[in-house]
Amino acid sequence: MSDSRSLPLRLVKAFGRFWWDFLVGDTPEITVAVVIIVGAVALVADVIHVNVLAYVALPVLVIVTLALSMRVAAKPR
Amino acid sequence: MIATLSASSTTVVLVGAVFLASAVEMVEALTIVLAVGYVRGWKSALEGVGLALLALATLVGAFGPALVHVPLSALRIVVGSILLIFGMQWLRKAMLRSSGRKAKHDEDAIYRATVAELEALGESARRDQVAFVVAFKGVFLEGMEIVITVLTLGTSAHRLALAVIVSAIAVVVVGVVGLIVAKQLSNVPENAMKMTVGVMLVSYGTFWTGEGLHVHWPGGDTALLALVVLYGLVAGVTVRVLRVAYDVAQDMALE
Repeated sequence: MSDSRSLPLRLVKAFGRFWWDFLVGDTPEITVAVVIIVGAVALVADVIHVNVLAYVALPVLVIVTLALSMRVAAKPR
Repeated sequence: MIATLSASSTTVVLVGAVFLASAVEMVEALTIVLAVGYVRGWKSALEGVGLALLALATLVGAFGPALVHVPLSALRIVVGSILLIFGMQWLRKAMLRSSGRKAKHDEDAIYRATVAELEALGESARRDQVAFVVAFKGVFLEGMEIVITVLTLGTSAHRLALAVIVSAIAVVVVGVVGLIVAKQLSNVPENAMKMTVGVMLVSYGTFWTGEGLHVHWPGGDTALLALVVLYGLVAGVTVRVLRVAYDVAQDMALE
């Protein structure tokens, strides 16, 4: 079956698909967690101004995210 | 003294991350190009490689200088987040492979699969479109990952030129060695390299995200090295624990 869509449309779609696969792919939990981490640390660092909590929370949340993602991956399907 | 140590620690992590990431992606791209070249002929394969390299160079030329003009805080949050996502994906995959939960990336198997697929398509006259497209896609997609790593790490550290040079050296070294030991790319310790890159990308991602959000790291830039050590330890311990659990489960299944 030939693709009748215009070249620019196909390029935009391919570009979007590339970024989706790159940033979400088969690990949507990591993408969602990073958005939450950035929001939480921004709140701590820029709004309530507790620097120590911000620099401790950031790597801890990253490690928790990795652990949760590993748990998802290790689950028998 | 502390300032010199801070500057050299960020440079060491930058050079290490860019070199290893570029080398790993180059091994993957080279596997595909070698398979295409041997099965369908080199002319069309090299044309595909040439066009992919031209497209990648255009992207670096277009976005590289533009990224330098983006406000630093915003750039570091975006770049840090991308590096965190990308790095965690790499690290997770490498840990799963090292602990036996996922099959290792086998360059021999990929080479054989690509060859079988190409041979099944039969001969082609004039320009071999299949060889051209497969070589182009292989180089362009793996190359995009190199471009993103170089642009994100290089611009956020204000060392884009250094990142480009290190990446080019990695690509040339792997290219030359790969051509000499053609078909033996499976000997490259890819998973260990992937694990190291994952640790470095997650460390950089954490560091730049923090900087972008106005977090003041204790020790300044040297905190980056502390993050590398922390994530390296976490990865090592996780692999060991999962490996033991996996071996116990295997033994129980056999009994």
